[in-house]
Amino acid sequence: MSDRLTPREASEVEAAIQWALAGGKTLEVAGRGTKRAIGRAAQWDATLDLSGLSGVTLYEPEELVLSAKAGTPLAEIEALVAKSKQELAFEPMDYGPLLGAPPGSATIGGVIAANLSGPRRIKSGAARDHFLGVQAVSGRGETFKSGGRVVKNVTGYDLCKLLAGSWGTLAAMTEITIKVLPRAETQATVLLLDLDDGAARKAMAAATGSYGDVSAAAHLPAAVATRIVAAASAGRAVTAFRLEGVAPSVAQRKTVLEELLGPFGTLGLLDEAPSHAFWRAVRDVMPFTADGASGTRDLWRISTVPARGPDVGRRLAERADAEILYDWAGGLVWAALPPASDAHAPLVRAAVVEAGGHATLIRAPAAVRAAVAVFTPEAPAVAALTKRVRDSFDPNGVLNPGRMWAGL
Amino acid sequence: MPVAMPLPDDAVLRRRAEIVAALKRIVPGEGVIASEQAMRPYESDGLTAYRQLPMVVVLPETTAQVAGVLGYCHREGIKVVPRGAGTSLSGGALPLGDGVLLGMAKFNRIREIDFDNRIAVVEPGVTNLAVSQAVEHAGFYYAPDPSSQIACTIGGNVAENSGGVHCLKYGVTTNNVLGCELVLMTGEVIRLGGKHLDAAGYDLLGIVTGSEGLLGVVTEVTVRILKRPQTARAALLGFPSSEDAGDCVARIIGAGIIPGGMEMMDGPAIKAAEDFVHAGYPLDVEALLIVELDGPKAEVDHLLERVQEIARGCRVATSRVSNSEEERLLFWAGRKAAFPAVGRISPDYYCMDGTIPRAKLPLVLKRMQELSRQYGLRCANVFHAGDGNLHPLILYDANQPGELERAEEFGADILRLCVEVGGVLTGEHGVGVEKRDLMPAMFNEADLDQQQRLKCAFDDKSLLNPGKVFPTLHRCAELGRMHVHAGRVAFPDLPRF
Repeated sequence: MSDRLTPREASEVEAAIQWALAGGKTLEVAGRGTKRAIGRAAQWDATLDLSGLSGVTLYEPEELVLSAKAGTPLAEIEALVAKSKQELAFEPMDYGPLLGAPPGSATIGGVIAANLSGPRRIKSGAARDHFLGVQAVSGRGETFKSGGRVVKNVTGYDLCKLLAGSWGTLAAMTEITIKVLPRAETQATVLLLDLDDGAARKAMAAATGSYGDVSAAAHLPAAVATRIVAAASAGRAVTAFRLEGVAPSVAQRKTVLEELLGPFGTLGLLDEAPSHAFWRAVRDVMPFTADGASGTRDLWRISTVPARGPDVGRRLAERADAEILYDWAGGLVWAALPPASDAHAPLVRAAVVEAGGHATLIRAPAAVRAAVAVFTPEAPAVAALTKRVRDSFDPNGVLNPGRMWAGL
Repeated sequence: MPVAMPLPDDAVLRRRAEIVAALKRIVPGEGVIASEQAMRPYESDGLTAYRQLPMVVVLPETTAQVAGVLGYCHREGIKVVPRGAGTSLSGGALPLGDGVLLGMAKFNRIREIDFDNRIAVVEPGVTNLAVSQAVEHAGFYYAPDPSSQIACTIGGNVAENSGGVHCLKYGVTTNNVLGCELVLMTGEVIRLGGKHLDAAGYDLLGIVTGSEGLLGVVTEVTVRILKRPQTARAALLGFPSSEDAGDCVARIIGAGIIPGGMEMMDGPAIKAAEDFVHAGYPLDVEALLIVELDGPKAEVDHLLERVQEIARGCRVATSRVSNSEEERLLFWAGRKAAFPAVGRISPDYYCMDGTIPRAKLPLVLKRMQELSRQYGLRCANVFHAGDGNLHPLILYDANQPGELERAEEFGADILRLCVEVGGVLTGEHGVGVEKRDLMPAMFNEADLDQQQRLKCAFDDKSLLNPGKVFPTLHRCAELGRMHVHAGRVAFPDLPRF
């Protein structure tokens, strides 16, 4: 059991990292640890637990801005902004159910560090696109800030982009400022039933290139669709298109979509409440939860070219009996594969190299995550640049060393 | 020129003939320009108060040539300033007397349009507007629309993270770029991102975007294209005070409405614009709002009603909605012509670019009026009200001794004021040389040192566009030094489990 450092304020985070630097120690940077099982399995001398840095420090609904200490629970933030009919438009997914961690426990710092998003990614972006400002302590033990509290800002380098998705390997964030946006007044989901992956690809391309202005497009093959109760698809594949906005707009776009998609097959519809439940389940990849039928399978998250998603999925299904869920109009492929000592990494990586994009091994036993690359290996010149960037923040490799790549 | 640039290196200047010859071997034909007369068009960008002839201009046509030029300059210790169309308002492309000016204008092809995946792959010298024009036949467009979009290039947009009037709803460049090919100062060519979403590792594309040409030279860009909204209608709302107009903006957003565009003009800007284009703007109001809704017709009509209703609750004095495309464009005509309109009433004007929390607008306008009196210079304001981006236009006459300096001091005071109220120095024009020395108003030494360490990760010899963005140049080795104070740390007192 390693040491656990539990700072209560930002200055103590600085002190903690200086302590580690002075003693030549490494730190695991964590919020509430819901995503601890993601990344290479590595060992650290102590855990820097940021969950004690908690609380919303600024929320101005009419300015669309919120600041919170990094350890603030996401659920607290979401509940607060909901009171003003607002939301985090990037729809951050909850990794808890996939990884066997308690649901609804993530912190805002973890959401940013993992650059989370959800089905609305194709319309509204990821955490990176809503991350306005930060205060953080680098691996040098120095506090710095970047960005601000306004949405339009090009003053200096956009370090927020770099910290989003850096998995705590550059700096320990202490305070975060994000953009919040109005929540859609209502939503509905148009369904197409029984499509194979190829037809679904075409339908999703047609819908996302239409005036329908869909805020999500997903395809669930039959075996996966049946696990989402709300789909009520009775053993049929489901291709789903979400419409959000004011009621007259949703109604008009529903007509647009139904006319466009009718020729593809049988149409269906989810009203507001079932639509909400359906997309929540897609967001959190509920067909592949740790306690579900595929809970022991290795799970890959693949971001690829939308039109190539079904090619990747078919290859993995044919060669390794993968179960697939497609989000982002085909651009996000969740692939659950039977357990293997290498998590089928060569097969997955080859498919992604061919199609374009990247793949992250989200769930696999620690031994597997110690043996295979969890994040996509980078081309040599990019890997060298990545190392130099890492060194510019954390030259001694104090923060989460080895979590993203071996030797980094 | 009040902002000092790095002193030219005599050793480099003495080798000029040899350097020009070497560059001609890398970029054959007419791609190397060394005569003073032919280099003259490159001596400044949109910030015309600053001028400097480069040592030599190079106009490469291929990625290999860019890599060759940068690799050569890296080996030889020669500075390089990249340039797109030269529309920067902050001096980002201001040449260096001992540096190569690397013009990217010949990278002007659209390489691929892929409607299925809603992307376009373009060379950096393609203009912003040309991207939209290339996809408009299928009803698509490229969302960021800086007002210089006829001339400015995508490469420059990436360097500056350019915005436009629609960015509250559709984002700025960084939200609409998926990938790029980038040449590092060493001459290494790397690819970041692609046609897919999000980065495989660190979001290096995100850091390159908005880096003002200090981290690398982009030779190809993959952008997202969007379906053009089915309809757009605008409301023209006049208010007796900027407080009322600001209140209206806050209530529109508070009501959950994110307009496609929301622009505000103050009294002097309204008058200048109306005198120039006769858009039918009311002249008896102190603030004018243009609120544009775009999307499906049912949505636009519905929200426009709500916007008018909100405006009625904010003492609106004039309220009109566009009932035709011609009328909508007429509403915009005055706003879009605001800069040249101000140009008609003053020999020169200086365009500022701060961003503030919207609620601070009345306070900032009031303080600006005080500054205007103090400096004896008039000021007109146009404001991207949706996102808080303020463009004060300071009116001056460069032929009057001391007026340019007064205008610059006035501008600097405005930007310090923006920071003081919780805003930032620049919303979309960039720091460049113009706001370089104001950076300490917003960032402390540790903040700036961390940014410059990142610069060193991309450019270890500080050869790429030096003298921009950062007020002091540090050697990378000096920045990288660590000072660990063992024994001074009181951390063992922290609570643990």
